[in-house]
Amino acid sequence: MRTILYIIQKEFLQVFRNKSMLPIIFFVPIFQLIILVNAATYEMKHIRVSVVDLDLSGISRKLVSKFQGSPFYRIQSTSFSYREAEDQMKRGNIDMILQVPAGFEKKLLKEGHAKVQFVINAINGQSAGLINAYSTMILLDYNREMVMENTTPLMMAGIKSIQTDYSYWYNPKLNYKTYMVPGILVLLVTIVGLLLSGMNIVREMEIGTIEQINVTPINKIQFIAGKLIPFWIIGLFELAFGLTVGKLLFNIPMEGSLALIFLSAAVYLFVILSFGLLISTITHTQQQAMLVSFFFMVVFILMSGLFTSIESMPVWAQNLDRLNPVMYFIRIMRMVLLKGSGFADISRHFWALVIYAVCSLSLAILRYRKVS
Amino acid sequence: MPGTSVHVQQLTKRFGATTALEDITFDVGKGELFGFIGPDGAGKTTLLRILTTLLLADTGRCTVEGFDVVKDYRRIRSISGYMPGKFSLYQDLTVEENLKFFATIFGTTISENYHLVREIYQQIEPFKNRKAGKLSGGMKQKLALSCAMIHKPDVLFLDEPTTGVDAVSRLEFWEMLQRLKAAGITILVSTPYMDEASQCDRVALMQNGRIMTISTPREVIRNYPLSLLSVKAGDIYQLLGELRKYPGVHSVYAFGQSAHVAFQKTKLDKDTLSGFLKKNNHAVVEIEPIEATIEDCFMELMNTPRE
Repeated sequence: MRTILYIIQKEFLQVFRNKSMLPIIFFVPIFQLIILVNAATYEMKHIRVSVVDLDLSGISRKLVSKFQGSPFYRIQSTSFSYREAEDQMKRGNIDMILQVPAGFEKKLLKEGHAKVQFVINAINGQSAGLINAYSTMILLDYNREMVMENTTPLMMAGIKSIQTDYSYWYNPKLNYKTYMVPGILVLLVTIVGLLLSGMNIVREMEIGTIEQINVTPINKIQFIAGKLIPFWIIGLFELAFGLTVGKLLFNIPMEGSLALIFLSAAVYLFVILSFGLLISTITHTQQQAMLVSFFFMVVFILMSGLFTSIESMPVWAQNLDRLNPVMYFIRIMRMVLLKGSGFADISRHFWALVIYAVCSLSLAILRYRKVS
Repeated sequence: MPGTSVHVQQLTKRFGATTALEDITFDVGKGELFGFIGPDGAGKTTLLRILTTLLLADTGRCTVEGFDVVKDYRRIRSISGYMPGKFSLYQDLTVEENLKFFATIFGTTISENYHLVREIYQQIEPFKNRKAGKLSGGMKQKLALSCAMIHKPDVLFLDEPTTGVDAVSRLEFWEMLQRLKAAGITILVSTPYMDEASQCDRVALMQNGRIMTISTPREVIRNYPLSLLSVKAGDIYQLLGELRKYPGVHSVYAFGQSAHVAFQKTKLDKDTLSGFLKKNNHAVVEIEPIEATIEDCFMELMNTPRE
């Protein structure tokens, strides 16, 4: 025990003596939170529209002004040639073309229905879907107004309209920042855990100090404990620091119990640290360890549900994702922080992490060899 | 001799197709200063790594202080000190922190065994708050030796401790080893420097994974079967070529500024050779009979075909 404590003490001494370490611990979280949270937003603002109004009637102008009045749209240009608008889109200057055909007003008033065209740049399918949804909403709204204006109250009585009111639960203002912060914090803990722990052991191999350690009576468990515990502590500290920054800068909600968050983080960090340890047993240089860690990190993070929703993945990918520890922890973080879920609600994810931690840690310990 | 400290029997180690060690057998007595001498790639490091339980041999048996290197590796780790060829202390820790770290993980303290390392450590103590990475080569060696000694080992394994160290520090280092030996510690040391052989009680001359001979340095020299002449001349390169062709010459090697000519006593003498060189217009500066050094013996053993 005394030996483990002393190795931990030595590890901390080295960590804090490393000049690049303190900036990593303190600035990386702030930077990641500020940059990623503000940048990685799904909200569509300033959709650039080119209007091709071939009708130029009162009704068509009303429709255009409806778009103009929305905060999501910005009329970039107007022209009378569809081709011109299409050129603009090819150049990437606009996101959407709104075309009102000639005779729109006449047709609408005479026949009671008419068509307009949205042409949306769908290179990014997700944002194209959003633009389409927003535009349809505006059009529906416009439709309703048109019906109101052009019908007599008597006729109105015959029209039964169903109105839908929305209320968004757990994130009433649909604030993407509160949704992103918990995920970014997981990212942070993962990077610190995986990179620092794996690299640290490989570094000892690279500079040869492991040779000197191996001839001492320190046993495997003591060595591994002495190596992992410091980064476990640093990882938990990072989380606490990140949560504080998130609260101060973005005022993220903390509905659930923080104790539950840290309990899950403690288990999760064991999973990540044993991954780092495993990587260090199959690599020989820090460079190799870095590359292997990155491979795992990219796969884990992209499939974690941080940016895209897991439910929309194909079934095989969802099944594969059961092996993704990052996914479990992101879910726990979001559930506890945003919804205020209790232990019973997250228990499935929590036990998955526990099983994962036990398996990966024992595998890493088995794989680690002092003798070559 | 009061008993065996290290016992090695028919040890073999292969790395893929290359044989690092082949059929190595030797014993080192308690309190002996035993040297492994040979060029790079002779297998010295592999042998020491097997003895310090860092590497497993393919076949053969080794014991250190009666403990088997495979079965009782834990016991060996607590009674032996090892100083690898590459400096492997923590460069970002200070001199004192390194020493304290190794004392603690061996379950002891600096003050408990200070008397053992005092003479060595005192020389680097003025720099005890300096990071180990910032020390000079000689000071690094002293620190590494202190760290290998701090738990009062019975056996000390030193892998090329004087490589890359200046001549004065090398001499000092050997003096320290002599003092440790006087304190009763068994020392196994490897070195590529032939001139350090005379410091050892016994030496094993190694080449290509084999031990060519084991005996005291004096005996190695006494067993040298040839006579030697040292020849100094202006153009040493041309001289070597011509000497090699001269009948009766067994072998010729360049030793710094001079050439060592080995020959059998019956076949050649100094006057004949100097006459030959004069006839060939060599500006012979000096030609004189010399005693063989370990290096001469090594060269001769290297060339002797194994039975």
